[in-house]
Amino acid sequence: MYAFTYQKPTTIAAAVAALGADADAKPVSGGQTLIPTLKQRLAAPTALVDLAKIPELAGITVAGDTLTIGAMTRHATVADSADVKRLIPALAALAEGIGDPQVRNRGTIGGSIANNDPAADYPAGCLGLGATIVTNRRELAADAFFTGMFSTALDDGELVTAVKFTKPKRAAYVKFPNPASRYAIVGVFVAETAGGIRVAVTGAGAGVFRATALEAALASKGFAAASLDGVAVSADGLNSDIHASAEYRAHLITVMAKRAVAAAG
Amino acid sequence: MPDAPSNYQIGASVKRREDLRFLTGNGNYTDDINRPGQLYAYILRSTQAHAEIVSIDTKAARAMPGVVTIYTGADMAADGIGGLPCGWQIHSKDGSPMVEPSHPPIVVDRVRHVGDNVAVVIADSLAQAKDAAEAIAIDYKALPAAVSVTAAVAPGAPLVWDTAPGNQCYDWHLGDKAATEAAFAAAKTIAKVDIVNNRLIPNAMEPRAALGDFNPSSGEYTLFTTSQNPHVIRLLMGAFVLKLPEHKLRVVAPDVGGGFGSKIYHYAEEAICTWAAGKLKRPVKWTAERTESFMTDAHGRDHVTHAEMAMDGEGRFLALRVSTKANMGAYLSTFAPAVPTYLYGTLLAGVYKTPAIYVEVQAVFTNTTPVDAYRGAGRPEATFLLERLVDECARVTGIDRADIRRRNFIAADAFPYQTPVALQYDSGDYQGCLDAALAAHNYAGFPARKAESEKAGKLRGIGLSTYVEACGIAPSAVVGSLGARAGLFEVGKVRVHPTGSVTVFTGTHSHGQGHETTFAQVVADALGVGMDQVDIVHGDTANVPFGMGTYGSRSLAVGGSAIVKACDKIVAKAKKIAAHLLEAAEADIEFKDGMFKVAGTDRQKALAEISLAAYVPHNYPIDELEPGLEETAFYDPKNFTFPGGTHICEVEIDPETGVTRVTQFTAVDDVGRVINPMIVEGQVHGGLAQGIGQALLEQCVYDAAGQLLTGSMMDYCMPRADDLPLFYVGQHTTLCTHNPLGVKGCGEVGAIGSPPAVMNAVIDALKGYGVTNMDMPATPEKVWRAVQSGRKH
Ligand SMILES: Cc1cc2nc3c(=O)[nH]c(=O)nc-3n(C[C@H](O)[C@H](O)[C@H](O)COP(=O)(O)OP(=O)(O)OC[C@H]3O[C@@H](n4cnc5c(N)ncnc54)[C@H](O)[C@@H]3O)c2cc1C
Repeated sequence: MYAFTYQKPTTIAAAVAALGADADAKPVSGGQTLIPTLKQRLAAPTALVDLAKIPELAGITVAGDTLTIGAMTRHATVADSADVKRLIPALAALAEGIGDPQVRNRGTIGGSIANNDPAADYPAGCLGLGATIVTNRRELAADAFFTGMFSTALDDGELVTAVKFTKPKRAAYVKFPNPASRYAIVGVFVAETAGGIRVAVTGAGAGVFRATALEAALASKGFAAASLDGVAVSADGLNSDIHASAEYRAHLITVMAKRAVAAAG
Repeated sequence: MPDAPSNYQIGASVKRREDLRFLTGNGNYTDDINRPGQLYAYILRSTQAHAEIVSIDTKAARAMPGVVTIYTGADMAADGIGGLPCGWQIHSKDGSPMVEPSHPPIVVDRVRHVGDNVAVVIADSLAQAKDAAEAIAIDYKALPAAVSVTAAVAPGAPLVWDTAPGNQCYDWHLGDKAATEAAFAAAKTIAKVDIVNNRLIPNAMEPRAALGDFNPSSGEYTLFTTSQNPHVIRLLMGAFVLKLPEHKLRVVAPDVGGGFGSKIYHYAEEAICTWAAGKLKRPVKWTAERTESFMTDAHGRDHVTHAEMAMDGEGRFLALRVSTKANMGAYLSTFAPAVPTYLYGTLLAGVYKTPAIYVEVQAVFTNTTPVDAYRGAGRPEATFLLERLVDECARVTGIDRADIRRRNFIAADAFPYQTPVALQYDSGDYQGCLDAALAAHNYAGFPARKAESEKAGKLRGIGLSTYVEACGIAPSAVVGSLGARAGLFEVGKVRVHPTGSVTVFTGTHSHGQGHETTFAQVVADALGVGMDQVDIVHGDTANVPFGMGTYGSRSLAVGGSAIVKACDKIVAKAKKIAAHLLEAAEADIEFKDGMFKVAGTDRQKALAEISLAAYVPHNYPIDELEPGLEETAFYDPKNFTFPGGTHICEVEIDPETGVTRVTQFTAVDDVGRVINPMIVEGQVHGGLAQGIGQALLEQCVYDAAGQLLTGSMMDYCMPRADDLPLFYVGQHTTLCTHNPLGVKGCGEVGAIGSPPAVMNAVIDALKGYGVTNMDMPATPEKVWRAVQSGRKH
């Protein structure tokens, strides 16, 4: 780890100001990605701005069918929330399946989506549910927020403050974990929403993406696992590594999608 | 110690007394130890698999804050520091000694694997040392690398060592070639397999660490280190590397958090920290980070083998021939040459009465981390090969897999049994283990369970492994004749204090095995005292007279036997004292349940009364006996011990994803007399986790350029609790005939017996898809591809 200064502001405005004052400053939420990166000397921010003491970023609120999850909300909190379990049980289950208890007690939804690891789970939940990402400056549709491997539409110094979800008709997330890291080799989030059927895939590509062929099949043949029989996903552009080839990942996308559709009921 | 009374500790599941300190964070590990004025070492490691070092510029780094000094290989060479020695010399078929390259603690002009030591930065803090290491400029001239054994022996492969043509370290053989060839010529059926034993990275929970200290007033060096055998480190480092006499070098291996073999060896960091502490007159500490552990702890396994079994018309084994290439890595680690030879070739008879066996082993240098003994060391490789081959024998003959084993077992009444590959097994009952395991597993119920799985769209398979292994490698004279450069005895010292409590010093080392409990049980029974009266001390050359340490499941069989011998001496002396105190003839004193009694009378003395007399010798046979009650025994075993057993694995495979789940696992082992059933069960559980891990999850991967792709837990898959089923662990015991406890060893059986049981089950599940062989690990993608290509046919 290289030396850095550390501050813990109590308002979004103060955090944004601190970040604005130093181009090499970085926000830290759960630290589950950032701290290991620092320990390996792969990043050298001059300052860390800890978001943990900002009350505006914490907590889960419900308004009608809309669930708003503050950026600093830990994975364990989402997994245990009665509101999340009632409105979008698939999201609670997704959070429950992230990492291990220590990681879930520290890691946050804001940190996870800002980081946009191509194998992370939350990006699939956000894209699959058509969530709205709220920042200190604007609101962005998930489709516009995730822009590729470890990249998002966030500008420098822009903070995720919350994520808004609307209760879908039904949804489920099924993950094929990497046996070593337990991140997703392929994770598929399916949802039937007011805006249509959405199938979001994580782990398989450079970043989370929508499997449009699967969405089309489900839309035309009905929301049933059998509708995906024989619907193949192309391996072109998918990840290939020591754990899984692109071809295997492509195969798993359809299998996981079918299982998710079946689980969504 | 045959007839143990019911109130004895032996056989009781006494809770592990060491666990309280481990579980409450009160362990004292090497990295917990800090000495006044301590400095921190950071090792700059090679990023290249193979390269010339054109230049190293440390000037800028030396000027950085907190930096005390930077040493390179040239500095060590200038001080006359020797290379890390290899403890075993193998000779090739033609009688020539193995190629034994030098292994300087820090390289001088050429790096030979990623992680090779290039320089050490010593600073006031670790962060400062790391900062400075980044400022060291190294100019590498990259060389082509030889990475896998197969690539390294190919014609024209890059040479790891100019002194080793064809990258060959040795070309060894064992057995009767002519008899084997003749049997093959007469065979009715021949089964053949090509086997890869996948390379593993040990991953003890505690990373390696070393803390060197020097006392200028006494001239004594102290090394605290994460070792399984502190006396061996003192001998190797003192005599060969730093050239320090034993009486000026103390090695302490305090609590050690797991080793699995990887902490047997003498590593460069131990020598670097000790040497630097002497030069700087300040303590120097180094602790590995996890990625360093992946790169620099000796790896395990990595064999490529072709094997064939000749059979008669009834599936009886006539002869076995085996040809193996074993990866040594870039340097010879302490024990490495012995692993694919005397711990592998000698085990190829297995539990079978195969009359003729011939094995050839070519050891190969590669531009990878050194490979050495890892839990099981050679025996897992032998067992995997044999048990896969036996299943193949069953397949080609159409004989049931349990039956073909029964047909070929060494019978229970055939012991002692001389194998054609040097070993003589003293005891065993392979048929009994198999029958007990089949019953415990409900083997007969498999077809019904398979039908259930098929209904759910799953494939189910069952696999057997019937194995024998060899522990407590010995006797010294024999291993010496086979190339060992050390003896393999063990030392026990028993000190009965004046008021009757007992301190026992053992030359073995406990790093998770529970010796502090098991050994105390043995001593409590041997001396008839309570467990709370006995403490076990290990791990410090200043306390323990000598010792060869813990590996190869030798601790109880060899170290425990030494303690028993020392206890016998205590009892013998105590009888003499008792005879004096009780005014009886020594021959009339009997020792039972902790009492020294005049036979046929009620006159008796407890051990505590005798020890008091020994240390306060007012009324004492001082003309015949020295005062005090302390005895030491050096025990050199007559033979190896031979644990064995049957493992049965049942798997269910999801053909859509290729995911394999172990649904049931039954292990019936013969580990000889069981001192503490709970600890034995725990040892077997851990071994099974490692064996199932090898079969399904673990794989060290280098790319073609020699970069380690599995350098962290993100990519190297360690088994976790939810990867494993509930185990059924049982015992079917025959006693070792040549040690006083009748014990054989239980530390490695799980890792040795299980991998072929798992793979035989996986292959059985996939047989409908034409699958007859598969390399470990059976990853989901590999299994899925097998299903896919089976479907295409
Ligand atoms: C052992 C382990 C296992 C894991 N397994 C999984 C898994 O299975 N699935 C999975 O999805 N994830 C997994 N993770 C990741 C973890 O769940 C966290 O979600 C992730 O590390 C990021 O969240 P964080 O709160 O820790 O972010 P941090 O590490 O604090 O920050 C991550 C990045 O986001 C930036 N950032 C943080 N908060 C904000 C914000 N509000 N606005 C803008 N930028 C911000 C930071 O500057 C940094 O660049 C695992 C992590 C570990 C250590």
